[in-house]
Order: sequence, then structure tokens, then C-alpha cells
Amino acid sequence: MASTPISASARIQHRVRTEPFWVRMTLLIIAFAFLLGFLLLPLTVVFVQAFSKGWSVYIEALLEPNALLAARLTLLTALIAVPLNLVFGVAAAWSIAKFEFKGKSLLITLIDLPFSVSPVVSGLIYVLMFGLQGWLGPWLQAHDIKLIFAVPGIVLATLFVTFPFVARELIPLMQSQGTEEEEAALVLGASGWQIFWHVTLPNIRWGLLYGVILCNARAMGEFGAVSVVSGHIRGQTNTLPLHVEILYNEYNSAAAFAVASLLASLALVTLALKSFFEWHLKEDATLTETTS
Amino acid sequence: MAYSFSTLIQKRGVLPGFSLTLGFSVLYLCLIVLIPLSATFLKAAPLGFQGFWDVITQPRVLASYRLTFGASLAAATINAFFGLLVAWVLVRYDFFGKKLIDALVDLPFALPTAVAGIALATLYSSKGWVGHLLAHYGIKIAYTPLGVVVALTFIGLPFVVRTIQPILEDFETELEEAAASLGANRWQTFSRVIFPALAPALLTGFALAFARAVGEYGSVIFIAGNIPMVSEITPLLIITKLEQYDYAGATALAVSMLVVSFTLLLTINALQRWAHLRKF
Repeated sequence: MASTPISASARIQHRVRTEPFWVRMTLLIIAFAFLLGFLLLPLTVVFVQAFSKGWSVYIEALLEPNALLAARLTLLTALIAVPLNLVFGVAAAWSIAKFEFKGKSLLITLIDLPFSVSPVVSGLIYVLMFGLQGWLGPWLQAHDIKLIFAVPGIVLATLFVTFPFVARELIPLMQSQGTEEEEAALVLGASGWQIFWHVTLPNIRWGLLYGVILCNARAMGEFGAVSVVSGHIRGQTNTLPLHVEILYNEYNSAAAFAVASLLASLALVTLALKSFFEWHLKEDATLTETTS
Repeated sequence: MAYSFSTLIQKRGVLPGFSLTLGFSVLYLCLIVLIPLSATFLKAAPLGFQGFWDVITQPRVLASYRLTFGASLAAATINAFFGLLVAWVLVRYDFFGKKLIDALVDLPFALPTAVAGIALATLYSSKGWVGHLLAHYGIKIAYTPLGVVVALTFIGLPFVVRTIQPILEDFETELEEAAASLGANRWQTFSRVIFPALAPALLTGFALAFARAVGEYGSVIFIAGNIPMVSEITPLLIITKLEQYDYAGATALAVSMLVVSFTLLLTINALQRWAHLRKF
């Protein structure tokens, strides 16, 4: 009997805070239709088209020498760009979150800058630096160094477009954690490295992995910036996304979508890992809240 | 002396590694971002203002600006409306597969733009699953300016949802109950109590989606058809000029895009500060 008033008030609260059934249904259907047309169908189309000519064509498209070389270049680029931006992200977050200094908010804004620049412009700025018509072009040519339309240019453009990912994830996270634990470790005689490895890193690991996985997805998937600096030399300066473009423009749709399905799978794995890391981040956040 | 030294330390923080990490960060920032960006502005300087103006007011360039900004505005508006709806549905309603849908909203962040481009072009072409349905009504999407709007809607989709979602999750239930107990119906509660609280975040999400759309390249070029004066976006025109060895023209266009990007970045920062202030 005692539960009746509670459930009645809960019912009233529920009625006050939700819409009539038909409104809810209409909103759900509109939202689903939108997500279907803009998310689910484009994703499905990639896999359906990839297998439209059967497994053998699919496998052949992936094992073709140029596809393998493109995959190798994509992996190499990510293998260089992600660790460099990871080191930068950790260093930037450490200085910004653990210390006070003038110009901090300017620094944070500047770190975000690459996100607001068009991918095409991100590539172009390196052409204007290192290309034949660029500032350092004549000098580089005199010393027989080729950066643009070569692998180093691709790495540089990728570094630029993935620049903020780790830093922007770690800065707010480390700011919210403060400096108390690190200071305690310092008092107990730990060195800088020891503090970082044993105190800070365990606290930020999920945020760090979250930034790394997003950074990696962009590094492997970047198209516009890389397209400007690549020169599109098959087997040499072609990454997987550029390979997709070439195949598609040659009307080799099945092969283009086969390679694209590989990149789409990478995106799905990224999303799954991202949700997993996010879940851990939330766990950590609630844990800190309850203990402090 | 010792006292002033310790206050100095306290002001800065006592932990080691400040000069090393800040020094490295600033150096790396300069090498990768600031120097190449400044070099681009310097490269445009020899053009002079008149030369710069002549390039960015060519009819083909003006047509590309109209398309780029017009389609970005349309896509950001579509995203503001549907993004709010999707965020609402994800936060307020329970349904099967909610977690999966929630994770999928970020797909445009994770899917390489070239893959999105060929997928959307195939889907919305007159033979595609969606395109052939619309073709019955005489609507053509792929290879028209509408195709550009579709691609830009796709890539801007997560921004509005992800800026609204946390605000909606933290929204005080008491406010809604108070409104209802004062006699407001559900629509009044939404439009007078909930919506004003969401407005700064909605505007931020809109601006983020717009800023992303203006520079977008990969997902657009496959579906746009790229007809000069009709469906050619500005980033593509930069590449066209580069391929014609018109470096001055490409640089002038890039500088105009950079100025727009930086203005948008500052606007978004201001919006975010405003949204943050409104939250507390």
C-alpha cells in the first residue's frame, strides 16, 4: 500500500516529462529515417558494392600489388604521424594542465587551429613551403631532396591534419585531475619520469587511447591534404584513400569499394574502441567524484 | 629571498618538466603549423591587394564561394534541426539498439571522406537505392548542387548531436516539472524552458558543422559532378589552379579560405565560452 503514492507521483512525473505516445513515435521515425539515409545506407552500400562481383574479385582487389603498396604507405604514414602527435599531445597537456603561465589560452586556440583549416589548404601550405615554387623549393632541389610529391610530404600533411587529436583530449582531462597526486609523489621523492609513468599515465590512459585511436583513424583516412602533396604516383605515393579514388574514377567500382570496405571496417573498429574507451573514461570520472 | 623563490614556484607549480614540455610543444607547433601557415600568407603578399582582389572576384571563383557557403549553410541548418531531434531521441527515449545508434552517430568522424564520397555518390545517383526513388519525382541529387548539400550534411552530422547531448543529459528535471505544475503544456515547456537552455549549444554545433563543411573536400567531389560555375566547390578550385601551375591563384584562394576559417574559429570559441557561462 505504501508504494502507491510513490508510484503515482512517479507516474505524474513521467507524464510531465514525456510527450504523448504519437509524438514520441513520430519523432523516433523521423530521426530513424534521417539516420538511415545519411548513416546506415551509405555504410551498407560500401559493403554491398564491394561484394557485388563476388569474393574472388574482392580478394583480388585487395591483393593487387598497387593496393598492397598503398596499404603499406598508409600504415607507414600512421606509424610516423601518430607517435609524433602523441608525444606532442602529452607534452602540451602536461605544460598546460600542470602549470600556470601567460598566453595559455592562446596556445590552446593555436593547437586547435589545424581542425579549422580545409584539408586542401593543409596540403597546399606544404607545397608552398617545400614544393618547386615554394620558399625552400630551390634550395631543396639544389640538394636533391624531394619532399613534395613524395612520401615525406604525405607524412607532413598527415601530421598537420591530425595535430590536435591527442592534445585536445588530454588537456581538459589532465586539467580536471589537478596536480595533487603528482605533488604527493614529488614529496615522496619521485623523479619527473617516475611521476609521469606511475602517477599521471595510469590516470590518463583511457583518454590517451581515445585520442590515439581518433588520430590514427584520421591519419589512415585523410584524403584532401594528402591528395594535394602526393602527386598520385601509383605504387609510390598512393595511400589507400587515394587508391580508392583512382579505382573509382577508372569506373572500377567493385575494386574501389573493396578497398573502401577495408577503410570502412577500420572506421567501425575505431567506433567500437572509442565507445569502449569512453565507457572507461566515464567510470574513472565517477570514481574520482566518489572518492574526493 | 627564499620566500620570494617559493612563491614563484607556487605560482608556476612545483612539478618538474615545465620548460621541457612547453618548449617542445611550442617548437613543434611552430614547425608543423605556424610557420607553414605564415609562409602561405607571405606567399600571397607579392600579389598585392589588387592582385588578390582580382583573383577572388573572378566569376568562377565567386560561383564557387556561393556554392561552398550556400551549401554549407543549408547543410548546417539541416543538421541543426535533425541533430537536435536525434540528440533528443537518444537522451529521452528508450528503444532497441540505442547504444549502437549512439555510437554510429560518430561514423562521419571515423569514416575516411573518400569512402563517404563514393558511397553517397552511389547511393544518391539516379540508379542508387535512394536516388532512383527520388528520380520518380524528378529530383536529381548526385552531380548537382543538392549532392554537395547531402555530402556536407553527412560530414556535419555528429557536431550538433554531440554538443546538444551533454546539455540535455544534465538538464534539471525540476525545471520541467515546475513549468508543468505552473500549467505549461509540453510544447510550451519545450519552447520556453528547454529550448532556450539548449540554444547556445545548438548555435555552437551549427557553427562547428558549418566550419567543417566550408573546407570539406573528399566527401564532396565524388557526388558534386564538379561542373565549373554550377557544382564546383572552392577547395576543388584550389586544386584545379594548382594543377594548372597557377600558384598565385591557388595561394590567393587559400588565403581567403584561411581568413574565413580563422574568423569561424574565433566565433566558435566565443560561442563556447558563452554556452559555458550559461551552464552555470
